[in-house]
Amino acid sequence: MAVIARGLARAYGGVNVVDGIDLDIPEGECFALLGPNGAGKTTTLRMLLGLTPPSAGTIRVLDEPIPERARAMRERAGIVPQFDNLDPDFSVRENLITYGAYYGARRQVVEARMDDLLAFAELSERADDPIQGLSGGMRRRLTLARALVNDPELIALDEPSTGLDPQARQHIWERLHTLRRQGRTLLLTTHYMEEAERLCDRAAIIDHGRIVACDSPRDLIAQHIEPHVVELRGDLALQWLEPGADRLAPLANAGLRVEPVGETVLIYGIAREALLEHVEALIGQGYLYRPASLEDVFLRLTGRDLRD
Amino acid sequence: MSAISLRDQLLEAPQLSLRFIAVWLRNLRVWRKLMLPSLLGNFGEPVLYLLALGYGLGQFVGEINDMRYMVFLASGIVCSAAMTGATFEALYSAYTRLTIQQTWAAMLAAPMNVDDVVLGEIAWAATKALINASAIVLVAALLGLVAGPEAMLVLPVILLAGFAFAGIAMIVTTISPSYDFFLYYFTLVMTPMLLLSGVFFPLSSLPDAVAIGAQLLPLAHVVMLVRPLMTGGSVDLPLLHLGVIIGYIVVTYWISAALARRRLIK
Repeated sequence: MAVIARGLARAYGGVNVVDGIDLDIPEGECFALLGPNGAGKTTTLRMLLGLTPPSAGTIRVLDEPIPERARAMRERAGIVPQFDNLDPDFSVRENLITYGAYYGARRQVVEARMDDLLAFAELSERADDPIQGLSGGMRRRLTLARALVNDPELIALDEPSTGLDPQARQHIWERLHTLRRQGRTLLLTTHYMEEAERLCDRAAIIDHGRIVACDSPRDLIAQHIEPHVVELRGDLALQWLEPGADRLAPLANAGLRVEPVGETVLIYGIAREALLEHVEALIGQGYLYRPASLEDVFLRLTGRDLRD
Repeated sequence: MSAISLRDQLLEAPQLSLRFIAVWLRNLRVWRKLMLPSLLGNFGEPVLYLLALGYGLGQFVGEINDMRYMVFLASGIVCSAAMTGATFEALYSAYTRLTIQQTWAAMLAAPMNVDDVVLGEIAWAATKALINASAIVLVAALLGLVAGPEAMLVLPVILLAGFAFAGIAMIVTTISPSYDFFLYYFTLVMTPMLLLSGVFFPLSSLPDAVAIGAQLLPLAHVVMLVRPLMTGGSVDLPLLHLGVIIGYIVVTYWISAALARRRLIK
């Protein structure tokens, strides 16, 4: 096991932001901690990395007890933080060399891997540029390359694609796929369902500091939500949601689950044909059909209240 | 259980390791990029003070302890330049790396402890003190203000002094909520220490109570070691002075490392 945690908890000011989390992550797995803002994802990740001492519980990462042997563990791990902390006093290349020195790597060792690292980050052309001139996507790629200077077995990423445009996000996902194929363990936090669905073998949905579900994205959907969804949006939704009149009652009576969310209505069904038949009979055309996604599971398990 | 209390942090000894060298090396690499303007900025001002005060005031003062005022002042300026150099680096530069640049956070994600980072920053600030003071010793030597080659002996003393001044400043850095906070330190600690430690005039000209109080400050002991070494006199009680400086180094590193752990490990 790359990561084993038992009864992990962390209190701030008497409130448990992480409240009894158990994790087993085998080597080579890509695992996501999925949750709304403030759910305790980052605190959990920081505890696993020995950056925050737990209030209770035991942790082993890469067979080292944490936080006691966090330094030895981090020698074999790479960390991509949520907020960019590249060194603004250095160029792209110097950032990698300097970071290697924090791992105790000699300059020649990092120089020998430099071409690979730069190619991986697709920054070979910009090796001697100051980092101020890099785009957000380039900076994130450099941060990822920086986490690889020590050829780590485990890579931990805190919201790796937050704030990136769709192209840059696709690119980061591609890089993470490559790392996974190389057999490295990936541990990431995210609130993008698509990220977890595409990248991860398993995801733990965390809310209020507890794991509310943990499985492969496919099984999470199968276990927690009807597989087929119809969405009514905008005017169509408002028209059917008129206050006072329960105009959608026939659908509920037909065994479908109807869930209004703001100006959208979600109608969930077990069988696609039956779902569409009932919707068309009542509403006609203009609806949108899609298969259920992890987002539906997520919203179902963590509720629909706005999180700040 | 909540965050580890300051009391517990203070009871815990810092873990020493050679990892701090990577922090020191990082700062050296940055400094080398801006070496010339940095050198000029850091030793231009003290040399101006030396020349202007030494020449201007020297005409009125005449001799102090059988030496020309310029000679007396040169050794004081070497010490104050060491103090200023270490302090600015451990306050403003280190604070920028701790907060705005998040350089410390990046280091802590590598196999680096808070204690390594704090020690690396203090060691670098001490190095800056040594660089600045060496430049002034050189100027003083060129102006004929040192007694002989034994003036080189001030350099290890200055390096130690740099560790002490950087350690005190690092305590301020680790508790500081903003850059403005540093003004308290300058007004309440640095300026009185500069004026009361025998840099510009001998401690003996101060009222007894003040002179005795000044002995508690590290700068006074640095001056008492450096002045005779530069001017060819004999050092009184060298072990006492070295002991005070080393005491300051150990205690301030211990406290600043504890404060930094409290600030960063939560």
